Amino acid sequence: MSATRGNGWTGVLALALIALVLAFVPLVAEKFYVQFFAKILIMAIFAMSLDLLLGYTGLVSFGHAAFYGVAGYALALITPQYQAANFWTSFPLAIAVSALLAFAIGFVVVRMQGIYFIMVTLAFAQMLFFLFYDTKIGGGNDGIYIDLRPVARIGDWQPFNLDNFAHVYYLALALFVLVFLLLRMVLASPFGRVIAGIKANEHRMQSLGYGTFWYKLACFVLAGATAGVAGYLAAVQFGVVNPEMLGWHLSGAVMMMVILGGMGTLTGPVLGATVWMLLELWFQDITKHWHLLMGAFIVLTAILLPNGLIGLYGSLARRLARNHD
Amino acid sequence: MDFHIFLIQLLNGVQYGLLLFLVASGLTLVFGIMGIINVAHGSFYMIGAYLAWSLAAQVGSFWLALPVAIALSVLIGLALEWLVVRWLYKRDHLYQVLCTYGLILVFEELRSVLWGDDVRSLPIPAPFNYSIPLTDTLSYPVYRLWISAVCLAVAFGLYFVIQKTRLGMMIRAGATDRDMVQSLGINIQLIYRIVFAAGIALAAFAGMIAAPISAVAPGMGNHVLIICFVVVVIGGLGSVKGALIASLMIGLVDTFGKVVHLELGGVKLLPELSSMTVYVLMAGILLWRPAGLFGKKL
Repeated sequence: MSATRGNGWTGVLALALIALVLAFVPLVAEKFYVQFFAKILIMAIFAMSLDLLLGYTGLVSFGHAAFYGVAGYALALITPQYQAANFWTSFPLAIAVSALLAFAIGFVVVRMQGIYFIMVTLAFAQMLFFLFYDTKIGGGNDGIYIDLRPVARIGDWQPFNLDNFAHVYYLALALFVLVFLLLRMVLASPFGRVIAGIKANEHRMQSLGYGTFWYKLACFVLAGATAGVAGYLAAVQFGVVNPEMLGWHLSGAVMMMVILGGMGTLTGPVLGATVWMLLELWFQDITKHWHLLMGAFIVLTAILLPNGLIGLYGSLARRLARNHD
Repeated sequence: MDFHIFLIQLLNGVQYGLLLFLVASGLTLVFGIMGIINVAHGSFYMIGAYLAWSLAAQVGSFWLALPVAIALSVLIGLALEWLVVRWLYKRDHLYQVLCTYGLILVFEELRSVLWGDDVRSLPIPAPFNYSIPLTDTLSYPVYRLWISAVCLAVAFGLYFVIQKTRLGMMIRAGATDRDMVQSLGINIQLIYRIVFAAGIALAAFAGMIAAPISAVAPGMGNHVLIICFVVVVIGGLGSVKGALIASLMIGLVDTFGKVVHLELGGVKLLPELSSMTVYVLMAGILLWRPAGLFGKKL
């Protein structure tokens, strides 16, 4: 058990503080860094959604990018040519597509366990990847450009303009906070306790009378829909969708972010995504062969930190507390 | 489909399947015996191909380069077990995945530093660089037949070593109960090191002999890795027999998926969606047998 779980309101306070600091980013930083921070927020949402499966339910999905990617494709496909889509309809629609896909795939896969679950989720994601890669449905290999960003107009009033990079950033920040609080609420609810029970001992939960299949499926759908939020934002931010958004590279990378940060906590994946993106930026600056540094860093973390980065924080805190006594 | 074309595709499918078996057998052995999920396994396929290409260019002969490249890959395997893998035995599978994912990045980048990012090719080596004519227009390259033969020989060799030798007995015992084997005075650490190096060498060897018939290219390991995981899971984790049967299935399904025409209700399915066939096959088999064909029940 991680030391950071169940810290009551300190977590929410910390989040509020971080969100407040992050709210100032567009006021002081250049466009590049604002967009970079938005990317971190998007990946953090994505990583949190995967951790719901990986860390909380014990379902290791190696195809999570599928739900991220289809939300992006959903936006690209409903955006009419030479016209902008409506944010208020396209956003829920994209998430619904992700959720529906998660329901369909989850219905088949949540019965499976261990490495077989890993591989079947990968298989479904790869099928989807090749569906978009090999056919003309989504522009094939090149993907689709979203030249005109969705418009968020209500009547005559436009609360935000997604052509403005700072507004995209604020949207990402708002959704990040929303998703964090929502997942926190879900995990603290009776539903969340059942999920934790399933991870600890599924047979016992079954004999207590819980239909664990439906709980796991609900979790899978929630995780898929949340990944859809991240995918939609990514499509808006980058203005392009391509099959790579569904590929196993991304599924692998986001899984690495979660494990790196620390599974089974909400802060872990956020930390993992942040550190991952910052390291990428930093290493790219140092050398052309930055993958070498990234790889070495990952290998060392995996060997030296048994519970990810958040575990490092936990063990430091414990040691401090012990010294204090 | 014409008989000769069918024959050619059949041979291609079998050859591709057997080559996959070489890579997948290493993956399944390392998992079955050591309990390690090594996602960097595909990188050694790539390293093998690049070793064959660069050494053949240096010494001027593919056949001289081959033993040197095999020896080098065994050394890499031994070193890697000592440096990295031995810390992972008692760890959760996910951390093994994380760690070996890091290794993929390291190897892919080392390849870029050492050999560059260009796509290379290797001529088909001398005694096998001709084709057997089947009809006036169709022929079959002998080198592919040679690959199939070598792979079969390796498969038989593996079976012999694991089932019939003293080393094999120790390996099998080590897979069942590591602590018991150790308390009987067998150096299990050494056995693991040998198994890991052998697994690496198998993947690298597959890359070496595949180099003359496929492009030696960056990222070639990743594709093979994913397909090999499919093979291993269909066959049942840890089962070498399962890996052999699954490799042949995948080889044939993938090859014929690219040449067969299939339409369902006016929608063209094959060969347009041929890349999906192996994944459909895997999902289907796992729904039918959730632990693969020869896997132990979970």
